[in-house]
Amino acid sequence: MDLLQFARGPALKFALIVFCFGVLWRLTAVFLLRHERTLSEPRHPVFRALMGGLLAAGSRSAPHREFIRRTGYSEALGYSYHIGLFVVVLAFGPHIAFLKSLFGVSWPALPNNLVTVIAALTLTLMLAVLLRRLTHRVLRLLSNFDDYFSWFITALVIVTGLMASTHFGAPYEQLLAWHILSFDALLVWFPFGKLMHAFYIFPSRAINGYALARKGASV
Amino acid sequence: MPEYQARQTIGELLDRQGISRRAFIKYCTAMASLMALPPLAGRAMAEQLRAARRPSVIYLSFQECTGCLESLTRSFSPSIENMIFNVISLDYDDTLMAAAGHRAEAARDQAMKANYGKYLVVVDGSVPTADGGIYNCAAGRTAVDILTETAKGAAAIVCVGTCSSFGGIPFADPNPTGARPVSDLIGDKPIINVSGCPPIPEVITGTLLQFVTTGQVPDLDEHRRPKVFFGNTIHDRCYRRPFFDQGKFAKTFDDEGARNGWCLFELGCKGPTTYNACATTKWNGGTSFPIESGHPCLGCSEPGFWDKGSFYAALSTGTFGRAGNLTPRDAAKLGGAAAATGIAVAAGATALARHRRKVRMTDIQTADTQKEE
Ligand code: SF4
Repeated sequence: MDLLQFARGPALKFALIVFCFGVLWRLTAVFLLRHERTLSEPRHPVFRALMGGLLAAGSRSAPHREFIRRTGYSEALGYSYHIGLFVVVLAFGPHIAFLKSLFGVSWPALPNNLVTVIAALTLTLMLAVLLRRLTHRVLRLLSNFDDYFSWFITALVIVTGLMASTHFGAPYEQLLAWHILSFDALLVWFPFGKLMHAFYIFPSRAINGYALARKGASV
Repeated sequence: MPEYQARQTIGELLDRQGISRRAFIKYCTAMASLMALPPLAGRAMAEQLRAARRPSVIYLSFQECTGCLESLTRSFSPSIENMIFNVISLDYDDTLMAAAGHRAEAARDQAMKANYGKYLVVVDGSVPTADGGIYNCAAGRTAVDILTETAKGAAAIVCVGTCSSFGGIPFADPNPTGARPVSDLIGDKPIINVSGCPPIPEVITGTLLQFVTTGQVPDLDEHRRPKVFFGNTIHDRCYRRPFFDQGKFAKTFDDEGARNGWCLFELGCKGPTTYNACATTKWNGGTSFPIESGHPCLGCSEPGFWDKGSFYAALSTGTFGRAGNLTPRDAAKLGGAAAATGIAVAAGATALARHRRKVRMTDIQTADTQKEE
């Protein structure tokens, strides 16, 4: 078995199993956390509170006007590289083929060269994000291994992907194997590190919004 | 082959057969261009070859389908390919030779004795080693025996086809005959692998010709294949590459993309990881190659190509699942089972934590009550 076979075979299988197991484990564990009873009188009916929750999930994603001067740069960086990641994952032909093998649906791809440029831009933005984390005193104090490793594993997948798509540095089959292996590693790390925010972020905003709306706060 | 003919130089033999010097130079120039050599190399090659004596070649067929030999003999440029048989002295090939039985074996013995240390062994097919090698015998001897004996006096061994080069189809899981490639069994001779299932005829003849001309093993890649033919991937030279770059893929064999000649990556093309000359030398006298005929490359010149998952699954997908490739059904089963286990483990752990908390709270309450009393 060569490296590519290993990456596409047992390693990918293991990674998908760990990913599904881990994600559901952590989601269930959070869902089953004990919630303190709300002792205050409900100010809004459940339906209105639910709408408030949905609204909060969306509205909390928009930059807050009051703080825009202080948070604008990091928010712009964050948004840009997340959009870049989405485009690279969802609009590159070989990725669409992979997603089709998982979910059975496919859609048209963007030109490879365009996706390659977007991937390079995304990587540059991620470097800027890392630089900010390293140079910002408070952020640096707040950061731990999880932050750096989650950044590293994501960047590694992009770097190996870029190398594979540009045939840079080694024969294509090796580059492809490294790319798939780094993706396998990302899948394994995903549920146990901060990458899990992809699953937590909107439900947690919605639950907070719901709780606040039920208490009568405007969200 | 009568001995007086074998002693003749190639030039003398060609003259006797009425093949002009000019025609021979033309042939050598074509071969030189196939090997990406400069134009003048063809003339030099022709001169060198005319002065050389034809090397004796012993062609051994083991566990194979004869497709490689078919490929070689079904060449669409018969005059050219016939000529290669004038450049070498094919002294033994049990599929092609008229002699049979003891006479055939005697021809091999004689060629080996007369050219000891100088003859070329061409091997077609993998070598079975399980159960004492009984799955492939000729003249009452196993393939392992015949190969080991014949290889002893060889100047070099050329493995024609993926079976002799890497084990090929007989080597595929579960490999019931214990098939092995030649390189696993012979360690003390130069080995050149001309892989492919089958290999391109011009690649076989070109490799032989290069060895005969220079007397040296050509530059080989990590799988011992001549770099001149196996230096690029099919994808590197594929005429559908612009469609790959534009993200235009055929999704089925009869959709609009297929009719427009778009890239076959999503239909399982292994061109990006397959090293061969199909996209440049092509097949059937340069007519076309599989991708040109609308079928994805199977990667037949690569080691283990039969065990690398479905031929029709994209390279970027998993190679596990019922049919050797990941399908949504397999993914749902696998992911569903893993997710259900995750939910069960989390629910169990939460219930345990809650129970422990309850016990702790009860203990605290009891202790408080006792204190108050
Ligand atoms: S058809 Fe195959 S070899 Fe040709 S460009 Fe597409 S993936 Fe590459």
